[in-house]
Amino acid sequence: MRTLTALALGALMLGAVACGGPYPQSTLDPAADFGSHIDELFRWIFWFAVGVFVVVESLLLFVVVRYRARPGAPEPERVHGNTLLEIGWTLVPAVILILIAAPTMQTIFRTDGTPPEGALEVDVIGHQWWWEYNYPELGITTANELHVPQGRPVSLRLTSRDVIHSFWAPRLGGKRDVIAGRTNRISFTADSAGVFLGQCAEFCGESHAKMGLRVFVDDSVTFTQWVAGQRAAPPSADTLPDLARRGWEAFRLIRDPASNSCIACHTVQGVSGGVLGPNLTHMGSRSTVAAGALPNTAEGLARWLRDPPAEKPGSKMPRIGLTEDEIAALVAYLQLLR
Amino acid sequence: MAEHVAPAAGARSGIWSWITTTDHKRIGILYGVTAFVFFLIGGLEALLIRLQLASSQNDLVSAETFNQLFTMHGTTMVFLAVMPLSAAFFNYIVPLQIGARDVAFPRLNAFSYWVFLFGGLFLNASFIAGPILGADSLSVAPDAGWFGYANLTSRAYSPGFNVDFWVLGLQVLGIASLAAGFNFIVTIVNLRAPGMRLMRLPVFTWMTLVTQFLVVTAFPVITIGLVFLMFDRFFGTNFYQVSAGGDLLLWQHLFWLFGHPEVYILILPPMGIVSEVLPTFSRKPLFGYAVVVYSGLLIGVMGWGVWSHHMFSVGLGPIPDSVFAGTTMLIAIPTGVKIFNWLATMWGGQLRFTTAMLFALGFIAMFVIGGLSGVMHASPPADLQQTDTYFVVAHIHYVLFGGAIQGIFAGIYYWWPKMTGRLMNERLGKTHFWLGFVGMNLAFFPMHFIGLLGMPRRIYTYGPELGLDSLNLVSTIGALLIGVSILVFAANAWWSLRHGETAGNDPWGAPSLEWTISSPPPAYNFSVIPEVVSRLPRWSRTQMRAIPDVPPEPVHVPGGSFWPVIAALGIGVLATGALLHTLWVVLAGAAVLVVAIYAWAFEPFEV
Repeated sequence: MRTLTALALGALMLGAVACGGPYPQSTLDPAADFGSHIDELFRWIFWFAVGVFVVVESLLLFVVVRYRARPGAPEPERVHGNTLLEIGWTLVPAVILILIAAPTMQTIFRTDGTPPEGALEVDVIGHQWWWEYNYPELGITTANELHVPQGRPVSLRLTSRDVIHSFWAPRLGGKRDVIAGRTNRISFTADSAGVFLGQCAEFCGESHAKMGLRVFVDDSVTFTQWVAGQRAAPPSADTLPDLARRGWEAFRLIRDPASNSCIACHTVQGVSGGVLGPNLTHMGSRSTVAAGALPNTAEGLARWLRDPPAEKPGSKMPRIGLTEDEIAALVAYLQLLR
Repeated sequence: MAEHVAPAAGARSGIWSWITTTDHKRIGILYGVTAFVFFLIGGLEALLIRLQLASSQNDLVSAETFNQLFTMHGTTMVFLAVMPLSAAFFNYIVPLQIGARDVAFPRLNAFSYWVFLFGGLFLNASFIAGPILGADSLSVAPDAGWFGYANLTSRAYSPGFNVDFWVLGLQVLGIASLAAGFNFIVTIVNLRAPGMRLMRLPVFTWMTLVTQFLVVTAFPVITIGLVFLMFDRFFGTNFYQVSAGGDLLLWQHLFWLFGHPEVYILILPPMGIVSEVLPTFSRKPLFGYAVVVYSGLLIGVMGWGVWSHHMFSVGLGPIPDSVFAGTTMLIAIPTGVKIFNWLATMWGGQLRFTTAMLFALGFIAMFVIGGLSGVMHASPPADLQQTDTYFVVAHIHYVLFGGAIQGIFAGIYYWWPKMTGRLMNERLGKTHFWLGFVGMNLAFFPMHFIGLLGMPRRIYTYGPELGLDSLNLVSTIGALLIGVSILVFAANAWWSLRHGETAGNDPWGAPSLEWTISSPPPAYNFSVIPEVVSRLPRWSRTQMRAIPDVPPEPVHVPGGSFWPVIAALGIGVLATGALLHTLWVVLAGAAVLVVAIYAWAFEPFEV
């Protein structure tokens, strides 16, 4: 009965794992050295845990089956202890723990975030509820979607403008907290190109669940193109098509209250200098809006502009009350900022 | 002791007799019933959380409500359910196990209960206090997590009443825990019957003693953290204000310096219960009594040296991370020793699978899983992937539900006949156990995968692209099964009080002192204070016989007093005044408190 239940439960869970997936945030499928070091260590510890689990639970099952009360059996012998046995089951776990502790200490020092020689430095700043990325070496500022070159070490310097966040892209490596007044570091070298999902892992308020991030690991050609694109100036107003031009005007409009104006919070190079929200100079080049809350399509952008707090509870970007015409114009303009 | 001449207190029925009671047994029942109600509330919160997460992008509750639910679920289960459920046993069982007629300070004991009750009501009132406080929503329940990390709890990021309820409520509850802590230390040290040497104490009483030392040393630490937070919020100080030079890690250190001993405050009493239940139903003494006691002590002491393992991702540096990894792994050793001693206790025994025994076995089976996942995130690099994910949620629920709650249920089924005089229904009991056992493994085991596959904790929604819908659905079904199992338990309790078989003094053939007297025990517990000559008084060669109810002479037992409840009320008013920022209410509360304590001090108490 007990065994059957256990088997049924196990089958159900394996089934649930099997019919889910793929798992874009899996910690078990590392794509960078940071993640691999952790994964190796975890697998080492895991098998010890499985061993201990099997031994202890089998002993328990054995005792339960073997020593069940039988009618007419004599009173059990009143044993009070056995020093040798007890020393034994103190020492065996101690040895196992040493076998776990030694590679643990090694891995702690390998994963402490010290930037390797020639690492690309990126400053990561956490905000409620989005990520700001500055590349001092390249003079680039962007948001939510981090681009890094494949095969070159990357070192992230993490800090926060408000509450505590935690930067986590599971397939690349472990998380580090993002804390105002402190600077933490994550260093990794990604070994395969692709898009890696992640999100904030430290509860940071109402929309903690919607503080997503994406890491694009680009091969060298793609990365060079991306850098060039990010460093290019945005299109000037007089080259804009009609609808986008009206969007540019709507973007620059001083609204009432002034904090409802786009330019109060957002920077578009050469147009505005707001710093409270994401830099939009090249927002058309990103794949999502509002830290992964919506796809960066005309429809997604329009939904966001219509009512940000409905898409992302507590959003610092208020519902401005834009007209549908203004929304269409703004969408056209923002999509041109590539 | 029996020479003191004072009749047993008069009225033993009616509401008033419960409000003024100082009888440790009645206070134990009050603790148990109250904590069970809070346990149901915390369980409902959990079910709502699980329903919301049953599928991706579900919108059963809003983000704001979800954040309140998980904050209150954690706070409730730790402070209003598991701790006071253990306290119910401290109150009811410890004096009986040491051969005493009450605790050392009966009125302080009543005070502890009432402060706990008012603290719990205060916290939960936040669910409906919105309109009274002029907020635009019904609920203004705490929403910054049970761990309340600064600076999310600051006025700037949590401007509402939510965090005020939390910071004040926890301080009130701390008073209750501290008062009870001192009370039980003095009781266990001073009120033991003649011959009840420390190394003859039942293991449950031993673990109670260790727990109370942890309570009186750990609660001041969180109180300091909370006072700093209260000053930041109410008076504009800068303890957790980064721009003024504050360090956000101060809160984390203070909180976990309390928080880790708190884990042992939650788990040591159930470990003590298991150490009582296993020998009784194996008909063998506990294997290695001294080692089990010492490992409990060691766990208590070492529990003070591991707090930073909750902070491996904050970037303390490789040296501190290594040190705390080492201390954390060390603590697995005494824990493992206990498990092997329990197995050896059963080895060669005659095991009777009563419901209490099933829960004790369930405790061992599940606690092992929680312990092993604990060793996994004792390794800081592994923890960088696991912390703040559902992997840790799985871990704490194997430890606190599979461990603490199952241990507490073992205690309930074991001592229920002593407390009520009636047996519970074994069929319903076993249904409760098996439903709960299957339910918890369905609910919590998939969470290991959910976490390793990338789902953080404390998110009100997740995208379908994570591929975690089916695992989350399984987990939710498990949670609902747990809910059903708790209903079966409630039905069992209801049934037993009406139709349960009469238990007699000792339905189990148990070894310790509480089984020598009638069930439920008379107000004075022991008509004659027993002379203890063995660790297992009822199993030793000079087997201790039942102690008759009829006192051979008048027995001293404390009477009732209403000053404890008045004093506790004063504290409740004080907290409410602080919440409302209204000085005169604060002063009124303080005045009630002072008057009540004064009257209490000069009240003639030997009725």
